[in-house]
Amino acid sequence: MYVAVKGGEQAIDNAHAWMAERRRGDTDVAELTTDQIREQLALAVNRVMAEGSLYDPDLAALAIKQSRGDLIEAIFLIRAYRTTLPRFGASEPLDTAAMACDRRISATFKDAPGGQILGPTFDYTHRLLDFKLAAEGGAPRAETADSDPVPVPHISSILGTEGVLQPEPRTDTTPRDLTREPLSFPADRAVRLQSLTRGDEGFLLGLGYSTQRGHARNHAFVGELRIGMVPVEMEIPELGFAIEIGEIEATECETVNQFKGSKTEPPQFTRGYGLVFGQSERKSIAMALVDRALRWEELGEENVGAAAQDAEFVLSHSDNIQATGFVEHIKLPHYVDFQAELELIRRLRREAEAAQAPAPDAPAERTKEQEPAE
Amino acid sequence: MTPILSVQDLEKRYGARIGCTGVSFDLWPGEVMGIVGESGSGKSTLLGCLAGGLTPDKGQVIFDMADLGPQDVLKLSEPRRRMLARTDWAFVHQNPRDGLRMGVSAGGNVGERLMSVGARHYGNIRETATDWLDRVEIAHDRIDDRPRDFSGGMQQRLQIARNLVTGPRLAFMDEPTGGLDVSVQARLLDLIRGLVHDMGLSAIVVTHDLAVVRLLADRLMVMRQGRVVEQGLTDQVLDDPQDAYTQLLVSSVLQV
Amino acid sequence: MSGYNFAYLDEDTKRMIRRAILKALAVPGYQVPFASREMPMPYGWGTGGVQVSAAVLVPEDTMKVIDQGADDTTNAVSIRAFFQKTADVAVTEATGKATLIQTRHRIPEEPLTKDQILVYQVPIPEPLRFLEPRETETRKMHALAEYGLMHVKLYEDIARHGEIATSYAYPVEAAGRYVMDPSPIPKFDNPKLHSAAIQLFGAGREQRIYALPPYTPVVSLDFEDHPFEARKAEGACGLCGAEDSYLDEVILDDRGGRMFVCSDTDYCRTRREAEEAA
Repeated sequence: MYVAVKGGEQAIDNAHAWMAERRRGDTDVAELTTDQIREQLALAVNRVMAEGSLYDPDLAALAIKQSRGDLIEAIFLIRAYRTTLPRFGASEPLDTAAMACDRRISATFKDAPGGQILGPTFDYTHRLLDFKLAAEGGAPRAETADSDPVPVPHISSILGTEGVLQPEPRTDTTPRDLTREPLSFPADRAVRLQSLTRGDEGFLLGLGYSTQRGHARNHAFVGELRIGMVPVEMEIPELGFAIEIGEIEATECETVNQFKGSKTEPPQFTRGYGLVFGQSERKSIAMALVDRALRWEELGEENVGAAAQDAEFVLSHSDNIQATGFVEHIKLPHYVDFQAELELIRRLRREAEAAQAPAPDAPAERTKEQEPAE
Repeated sequence: MTPILSVQDLEKRYGARIGCTGVSFDLWPGEVMGIVGESGSGKSTLLGCLAGGLTPDKGQVIFDMADLGPQDVLKLSEPRRRMLARTDWAFVHQNPRDGLRMGVSAGGNVGERLMSVGARHYGNIRETATDWLDRVEIAHDRIDDRPRDFSGGMQQRLQIARNLVTGPRLAFMDEPTGGLDVSVQARLLDLIRGLVHDMGLSAIVVTHDLAVVRLLADRLMVMRQGRVVEQGLTDQVLDDPQDAYTQLLVSSVLQV
Repeated sequence: MSGYNFAYLDEDTKRMIRRAILKALAVPGYQVPFASREMPMPYGWGTGGVQVSAAVLVPEDTMKVIDQGADDTTNAVSIRAFFQKTADVAVTEATGKATLIQTRHRIPEEPLTKDQILVYQVPIPEPLRFLEPRETETRKMHALAEYGLMHVKLYEDIARHGEIATSYAYPVEAAGRYVMDPSPIPKFDNPKLHSAAIQLFGAGREQRIYALPPYTPVVSLDFEDHPFEARKAEGACGLCGAEDSYLDEVILDDRGGRMFVCSDTDYCRTRREAEEAA
């Protein structure tokens, strides 16, 4: 006698207990602390903060520990936590021109006011596995120098004075807030940028790459890439003016792109823009490429049907929390739907077989006559 | 008698460039009007303005609606205009891909307009579709095949059937025979002429091909640089062109 | 659970969702956009349903959660536990005792009453999505009630298979106006959409809520000569003998042995208990 399956609750509890044990791994090995993750896996922490849309290195480190290093799972934990936080208000726009740059490079000028600063980068390292790190990393120190208090203006502001770079109109209208309003189309640039900055790094990387390979190619140079700490200011209603409430690390990328001009605009350079929490260089460059590709309409460019030009496609599929949930949900039970499909297929097959069985005086199988060539 | 379509002082600009300007004409029930001109003459812009795809900057397009009488279609609400486009109007694109659903069977393509105006009886829809495939000379047993398996001429005939199935009163045709072999063109033109005659259809046919208008159009309008340079009865314009440009157009064809 | 508001969501978010629900009830079948929040379960696993339930839940409620008709499927267990933890509400497996039922893929067999709310989890709320992938275009089609394309799909089914080959998520027309996806319930359940209960549909990832107020006329799309048919596997439940309930197939061995049992576990158990008592 068949007895219906029971015990979903117990199975879930058992699975979670097992998962917790696996998370800890071999207990002869010292347990990882969230401090260690925050300090030594900082780029993973940065990605979790950026795509989790919450700037908190300690929480991001905890999420990485809890998720056993599955970064999308960690991002998910941060997003879910973020939902429960009350919102006190919005900050003033970040003034990235005031950034204390750890890194600042331009591919368009050999030198510029403020100079080129390589900063802590993997660039130019030879990607050789360093077996010494496997034993002990030690505590390497880098030489320091007194910081130069000269301002580091944006390369774009220098180009802009000459008129060869299309100015971006300044606006004081409050942009739509993607976390408080549903995404709808057409999406203006502010909404697109919000969506891209939370978007999945891998997805944007692939899309950005596709533009370089000819799917809506936009001839980009990195006008400037800068990484550093930026103050966050917020206007406090009781005070009536803005005060600094803290600082965050951010990566900003402005690409300078070729633009042949249109009926109304003379030839000039245009730009793509990327701004991401933490040191997230790859993501910010990819974001700028995709941002520029999405601007085809306002710039009067041709829509070549490339994925990176299709705002509805890009924005609807860039969020990895939405994507991972829906992709993985097909492992949930679908007995009911499957049963309905099974019944349908069986019936259609029965009918097809019945139709094929030769009836007493059935005509020969219908042959399709091709129409004579025209 | 009321004209089925009355166009007054229509103008469309693209920035400083003129798409078409100063276009006025009346189209009478059952009449076929040809619009000819080289590419860039504004004939396609004009067709777009008439059929609702483009918004003109100036002028009126008055259509004699079945229920409301003469109405400026540019002032109709979008639902009404879209309803018009799938009932009283037909639009035959030059490229059948633009006017057909390539992934839907021939029967489904013809049936769509019926279903969009409320037909809900499968057997009747299929019968009407079969009848229309017949009228455009497509074999019955192709009804469940998709247009992508059809030849160019068949696709174009299917597009015509799909458009005419709801018995429209006014058809817009954009280079209906463009891109087809000469022998296929002749057969298609013959078919269109027969259908227009049988249904008492009014039509506006845009083409660069004078042979097409000679065969189909009662009246002719010649466009150049966005303006109408000459109009009149087809035979009259073609046999005795007054305007220098029309003369050039006609002579260039005869030389071929 | 300390540190969280009743039913997890903060009151501002609940108010936003309730406004969307009220609008949805006022325009049956219309998909109301709402600013869906990230929930602590994955998108596609019932986040829309959970947010709708959280917004309408009150402490006096008795909640039932089913997935595939069963109370003990893992995702149903998980969602029920979530509300026990965050809202401390009473839970039940008895359909008749529940005031709020959250479901995935089924409508309970026992007719619902005017004192109940049924919340559906919806993966893809747009019935036209697989005919037209663009949101901008489908919204226009709904606005203008241009549903010819939907029937073209049904026409193609009949032309190809001799019948409408849609077995679940079978499209309906609500209150004579909007074409609506009833979520992936088997079409066997479609007639039950005409109900005394309030029915709310939540799609979290797609940020849409729609609704059927009590007794809304719901018509499954069809042709006059190919009328809609509610279908299920032939035969009776191998456990309770019911012939009127939707059946799941259970594979018993690897030699083709199988049996059919009620997908609605509460319905099946109630019938068996009544039989034993008799």
